[in-house]
Order: sequence, then C-alpha cells, then structure tokens
Amino acid sequence: MSTQTTQARSDRSHLPLSHPRLPTWAPRLVAALAIAAAGLVSLTLGWGVVAWVLLAVVVFAIALPAWSLKVENGRAAKDRFVTTLVWIAFGTALVPLGSLMWKVVSEGVPVLSAEFFTYSMRNVIGEGGGIYHAIIGTLLVTAGAAAISVPVGILSAIYLVEYGGKSRMARTVTFLVDVMTGIPSIVAGLFAYALFALMFGPGIRFGFGGSVALSVLMIPIVVRSVEEMLKLVPHELREASYALGVPKWRTIVKVVLPTAMSGIVTGVMLAVARVMGETAPLLIIAGSTDSVNWSLFGERMMTLPVFVYYSYMQPGVPPAFGQARAWGAALVLIAIVMALNLLARWIGRRFAPKTGR
Amino acid sequence: MAKSIDVSDLNIYYGDFLAVEGVTLTIPAKSVTALIGPSGCGKSTFLRSLNRMHEVIPGARVEGKVVIDGQDIYGSDIDPVQVRRQIGMVFQRPNPFPTMSIYDNVIAGQRLNAKKMKKSDADDVVERSLRSANLWEEVKQRLNRPGASLSGGQQQRLCIARAIAVEPQVLLMDEPASALDPISTSAIEDLIHELKADYTIVIVTHNMQQAARVSEDTGFFNLAGAGLPGRLVEFNSTKKIFSTPDEPSTEAYISGRFG
Amino acid sequence: MSATATARRPKQRKGDLIFSGTTRLAAILILVALAGVAIFLTVEGIPALDAPPNKLGGAESLAGFVWPLLFGTLLAAVIALVIATPFSLGVALMISHYAPRRLAQPVGYLIDLLAAVPSVVYGLWGIAFLGPELVPVYRWLEQNLGFIPFFAGPASGTGRTILTAGVVLAIMALPIITAITREIFTQTPKLQEEAALALGATRWEMVKMAVLPYARSGIVSAVMLGLGRALGETMAVAMVLSATSGVTTFNLISQLNPSTIAANIANGFPEATGLGVNALIASGLVLFVITFAVNFAARAIVARSERRLQG
Repeated sequence: MSTQTTQARSDRSHLPLSHPRLPTWAPRLVAALAIAAAGLVSLTLGWGVVAWVLLAVVVFAIALPAWSLKVENGRAAKDRFVTTLVWIAFGTALVPLGSLMWKVVSEGVPVLSAEFFTYSMRNVIGEGGGIYHAIIGTLLVTAGAAAISVPVGILSAIYLVEYGGKSRMARTVTFLVDVMTGIPSIVAGLFAYALFALMFGPGIRFGFGGSVALSVLMIPIVVRSVEEMLKLVPHELREASYALGVPKWRTIVKVVLPTAMSGIVTGVMLAVARVMGETAPLLIIAGSTDSVNWSLFGERMMTLPVFVYYSYMQPGVPPAFGQARAWGAALVLIAIVMALNLLARWIGRRFAPKTGR
Repeated sequence: MAKSIDVSDLNIYYGDFLAVEGVTLTIPAKSVTALIGPSGCGKSTFLRSLNRMHEVIPGARVEGKVVIDGQDIYGSDIDPVQVRRQIGMVFQRPNPFPTMSIYDNVIAGQRLNAKKMKKSDADDVVERSLRSANLWEEVKQRLNRPGASLSGGQQQRLCIARAIAVEPQVLLMDEPASALDPISTSAIEDLIHELKADYTIVIVTHNMQQAARVSEDTGFFNLAGAGLPGRLVEFNSTKKIFSTPDEPSTEAYISGRFG
Repeated sequence: MSATATARRPKQRKGDLIFSGTTRLAAILILVALAGVAIFLTVEGIPALDAPPNKLGGAESLAGFVWPLLFGTLLAAVIALVIATPFSLGVALMISHYAPRRLAQPVGYLIDLLAAVPSVVYGLWGIAFLGPELVPVYRWLEQNLGFIPFFAGPASGTGRTILTAGVVLAIMALPIITAITREIFTQTPKLQEEAALALGATRWEMVKMAVLPYARSGIVSAVMLGLGRALGETMAVAMVLSATSGVTTFNLISQLNPSTIAANIANGFPEATGLGVNALIASGLVLFVITFAVNFAARAIVARSERRLQG
C-alpha cells in the first residue's frame, strides 16, 4: 500500500527485516578454524590433547560471538555466546561419565574370569580369588531390604493415595518421605548399628542389619514412585468397580494395583538398583569377610561395594592383585546396576497400561 | 506506515503432516482482516506463520511466500527475531509475564533493544501504549502492581499494550476475546476499531458475529475433508461473505449448518 | 453383599477396616523409622560427651572433634555446588530448550546414568584416575595463583585433596540438580515463552524473560537438594580424600586436608571401639540434623512454589 500519508511516526515507514546475519554454516566454520588454530598452537608448544581441546573451545566461545557482534548486533552475539556456553556445559558434563566408563571397563575386563565369579577370597593371598562371596552377600542383603521396603512402601503409598486424602497425617507423611530421600546413607548405617547395638550389644555386624539400613534409604524411593503410579490410575476405573458393589479394599487389590503394576515393578527395580550400589551403611553394619556367608542373621557378610572399597584401599601385598580385583568388582557392580536400570525402564515402557485414548 | 501482506502458495507443515495447503491472499494495510472457520481448520496455524511463530514448535515449517514491504519473511537473509518485532501478536489467553509489574510488562519489548532507556522516554512509551490500549485510566495509579493482579480483560489489553509498545507494523490476534466475558470482549472490539487507524490487523475468531462486527475483509478456512489439510475456501469483503458468499460451503458455515 | 447393605453409610466393612488400617500402619511405620533414626543416634551419641581425647582423634572435647569435620564437610559441599550449579543449569537448559528434540531425550537418559553409578565407583575413579590427572593442574595453580590462599600449596603429589573430592562430589550432585531444574524448565508455560518470542526476543532473551523467573524457586530448592547429597556423600570422599584429623584450612590443593563427617565415619568405624564408636555416632547425628534441615528447607520451598503455581 503506497497510499500512506506522512504521519508523525516516520520511523515506522521502513521495515528493517533483514539486518545482516551470519550464514548458517558460520558456527561450523568457526569450530573448524578454532580446532585448527588450537592444534597449531598445541603442536608448536608441545601440548597434549586436553590442552588442545580446551584452547579450541575457548577460541570458539570468543570468536563466534565476536564475529556476530561485528556483523549482526549485540543481542545476537549474546544469544550465540549463551548457546555456546550451554553446549560447553553439556559437553563437559559428559566427560566424567565417558572417562569413568572407559576406565572401569578397560581396567575391569582383564580381571574377569570363571574363577573370579566362582571363588571367594578365603585363604587367598596375592593372585587369584574372586567375588563369589560378595555377590552372594549383595544379593541376600538387597533381597532382605526389598522384603522390608516393598510391602511397607506399597502399603504406605496406598494409604497416601487411596485413604489419606488431604488429611494432616497424609500431608505430613508425604513431606517427610521427601525429606527422607535426602538422608545420607552413612546415617542410615549408623541408625541400624545403634538400633542393633542396643539390642545385641556393641560391635554387632550382620547382613540383616544391612538390609534394615538399606530399607531406610529404599522405602522413600518406593513410596514416591508407587504413589505416582497409583495417581495415574484413572478415577473412572475405581468408580466403575464401586458401582458394581465391590468394596473399596477389593477394588484397590483387584483393580487399582494390577492396573499400576508395571509402573510399580519399574519403581521397585529402580529403587533396588539404587540401593544395591550403597557402600557406607554396609561398611558399618554388615562388615567385611573373606568367606561365603549364606545367613543374613549371623556373622559378617561381604557385599560387592564394600569389596571394591577394601580391595582398593587395603589391597594387601603386593597391591596390584587386590587393586585389579577392585576394578573387576566395580565393573560387575556397574553392570548389574545398569542392567537393572535398563530392564526396569523396558518393563515400564513395554507393559504400560493403555490408559490413553 | 502499516503494511499490507501478500501471501502466495503457502503450505504449512508440522513435521511431515501438511496442516494448511496453498493459501494465497492479500491482507490490506490499515484495516481489519478476520479469519474464520471450524476448529482445527488451520486458521490459527496460518496466523502464526505470518510472524514466524509457527516454527517455534519443533518440526514445524512452511513452504511458499509471505511478502511484506517487498520482502519475503521466509527469505534466507531474514531474521525471525526482527520479523516478530515488526509483526506483533496477541494470544488467545492473556499472558502477561507473571513476575513483572504492569509497567515492566509494557516496556518489556522495548527493553530488549535499548537496555538503558531514559526514564522519561520509558514513561512516555508506557503511557502512550496503555492509552492506545484503553487501559491507562484504569491502571495509572498502580503501575508497579504485578500484571497478574488485573482482571482477565484488563490483562488482555495489557498484552495488546505490550505488543504495540514496540510499534509494530502489523498486529496478529489469535482469538483475543475467547477467554473473556462479554463486557471485556466488547472493550477489546472497540479497541480493535481504534487500532486499525495505525495498524494492519489480522484476527482469528471462532465467533462469526465478532468477525462481522470488527472486520473489513474475511477469510473462510475449512478442511478439505477429514485428515486432509486445511485451505482458504473464500476471501472476500466481510459484507459479501456474510450476505452473498461465492462458495456454497461458506454459506453453509455462516448459516450454522456445520462447524 | 446386598445393595441395601452398601447403601447404609456409616458401617464399614471388616475387610475395608483391616486393609485401610494396615496401610495406615505402614505409613506410621515410616514416621516411626524417621523418629527412630534421630532417637537411636542420640541415645548412642550422648555417651561420647565424656569420651577421652584418645577416642576423639586427639581432640579435647566432642565439639573440638566434630568441628574440623563439619568444616571439611561444608567446604567440600560448597566447592561441589560452586562447580555443579552452573553446569547443571546449562545441561538442564540444553535439554529443555536448546537441544533438538531427537537429542534431548537420550541426553536426559545419559545424565540419569550418571546418577545410577554407585558412589564407590566414583571413589575408585577419583582416587585412581582423576586425582593423578589433577596433580599437574594443582602444580600450575600453586605456581601461578599461589597468592590466592585457596591455592597456596604446596601442591599435593597424589591429587587426593579436598578440591578433588569437591570435583567428584560436583559430578555426583550434577544429575540431581539437572533432573529437577530441567523438569521445571520444561514446565514453563508455552504462553509465556511465546509472549517473549512474539515481542522479538532472541532465544536467550526468552529464557531470561519467561523461563528463569518461572523457575527461580525451583532452582534454589534443586541446588539445596544437591547440597544435601554433597553433604552426606560418604564413599567417594572417603576414598579420594587424604585427610589429617583436626585440620581446618582453606588451602584446597595441599596434602593437609580436613576430613568430612561422613568420610571420617566410614574410615574410622570399622576399627573404632568403645566410646570411639559413640563419638562417631555423635558426629553422624550432627550430619543428620544438618542434612535434614537442608532437605526440609528445600522441600518446603518446592511445596510452597507448587501451591503457588497451582493456585
């Protein structure tokens, strides 16, 4: 429309839609140049790869916003700078994960052998021996913890969702369960020790104590995840059941729980994976031993995390063998925990109830 | 001054899904153009493609041309940030920034470009924008209260004030009164009447009476069929659309036989 | 089971009474357990007030025993948060607003993996890999930034310093802070974000105008939950840190380091006897009270902001 009259706001008459912009390939070009320039400097000064990467990142983070400031404007430059920072934060956060995985796998794999899985450390000095006793211990202690936590956790969650409503008690429990997720694991261990020391005298060490300690850590996780799952069960389902004259408790057991089952299983498995790696409480109350112990209620019991700790910190003489076993056990521990995590997520997705339309 | 918008062969996609197909029309400057049609016909999607807000949704993209002042806003050298500054938008639900005061809400767009505005300049912008939005008298005593403290209708006018504070060329309105009560709605419609002296206004509405009341031209969007993309069925003067439309389906919709 | 029986309201069924009573009992059990933690730690901790110096690592009193440990605990946690917070916010923003959608989900999953790694493995990695890798860095810091008291040195030869421990703690706190903040970032109302974009905001300006104000209290509580984790983390510190009892220093890179409460318990408990055990339990009570307070405050902030956003 060119029939415009001369109006006061003449600055609006032109539309500056296309101020100069950097081409879309600008970040890639700058990245290539930064890597090349940093590489040149690193080679001349004889720096390592780490210094090279660091320098390249710094060059990129300065050069791209600077170019943008020159061609575009201050706002665009700032936007590009922040984008760069966000990506740097992400990249940096992955470095420890990658490094840790690589280290554990590369040090742990050579240790793995049939003997490593089937022998305990009884009467082993120097080379040989294995983690059989620690695997047994970890499985028993974790199973004990699950035996306590799963019923208590699920029942509490049912109370919170189905019966508690907005009562003072329910709100208190919900809040304290959240706070409980932050209890340090070592405190849970001390609690179990203090409890059983009062009952059986000081210096007490046994596997079930470890189960109790882990339960303190596990119950809040189970409650939270089961609570979430129960809340997802549509209310119409409950009402449909009530309408058939089914009492509330049977509705919960026969309708609500089965509907939420895959989510509950997922939550429980994630909780198990979480406490399986706990070391501190078991160090306190389950103790350590070189022999296989099948009884949760008598004598000390070795577990995988504690085995890792002692094998590395007190490797014996010569230290190389003990430390190698520590890496092997760490690899096995990580593998179990990750497998549980993956399996839990797979179950959660595979068997999720089809509530959506 | 306010510009017209020429749209030609515009296809709008969500990922691989073609939502709106082959729209060609010219939106005249300094007038109100209404877009009507049944829900899901793509009228809002089309509106959002006029200031490149459509592409905010992941995977969304367009083909075709939207030319304003001789420049295709989807051209390769165009900055979407700049486009949105020139083509303001008012949303279906009032969305003032909850943590900002009324004053800061109005000045928010200006602050992006001029960090250190003179206080007197900023005061001028706020007063002028709020006056244009017919809100000044109601809020001048409490400019430092949070924007969320206003009523729904006042919040929507605050959002209009915020949009015109940056002095755009075009104002897009996506069902601006659908969440409001009748009195607030009529206040907004009065405001649209006043604003068209300075702005090109495009308004999406599901309310046909509203379209008839406020607009000079009307575009009717409809789906070509279930699962098919939406398209512009008819674009004509509002008077003609509501009396003797060219297309039978327009007449069916206007007379309430579907939608 | 007739229809008339269910229509009469006050009389509850026996099955319902038993079942609801059981669930209530389970909930009460949780409260009892939490109270039990406080009570048993207090009962077993009180005797330590009379413990002789040889049971207190040479300290004259229980307070003198706990103070250096508390100092080390706070110092390590603060280092961890100073490092972890900016990275966590960056990663959370990356997942919620910067990454292409196809990348965001796997990235979130990778960060969750960081949280799943057992702490003893972090400890192993810290002492065997990270510590030695940081030795040259510490030497450089001592030589070039030695005038700052934090880096006065002399630089540790093993890298098992409080700064290394802080770095490991930062890595462990990162997934927690990231998970919570990214959740809040993604919950930012679309309308607010679009309001900013429609005004002609760049992406960063949109984040500043719409996302960060919305998430402020969530960020605070996320950082506090991260703090809770860093304060209570045991094994990583117990393995990485080479501590000397009774030390309090702000020198972050020397071989003289304060221990933390949790690490000191882990290292000392297996060999402790008599009142030494009680002293360690007393220090554990102090740790419990502090982490409880931090978590309590963090959760209270979350609960309040949730109520505000709903209402």
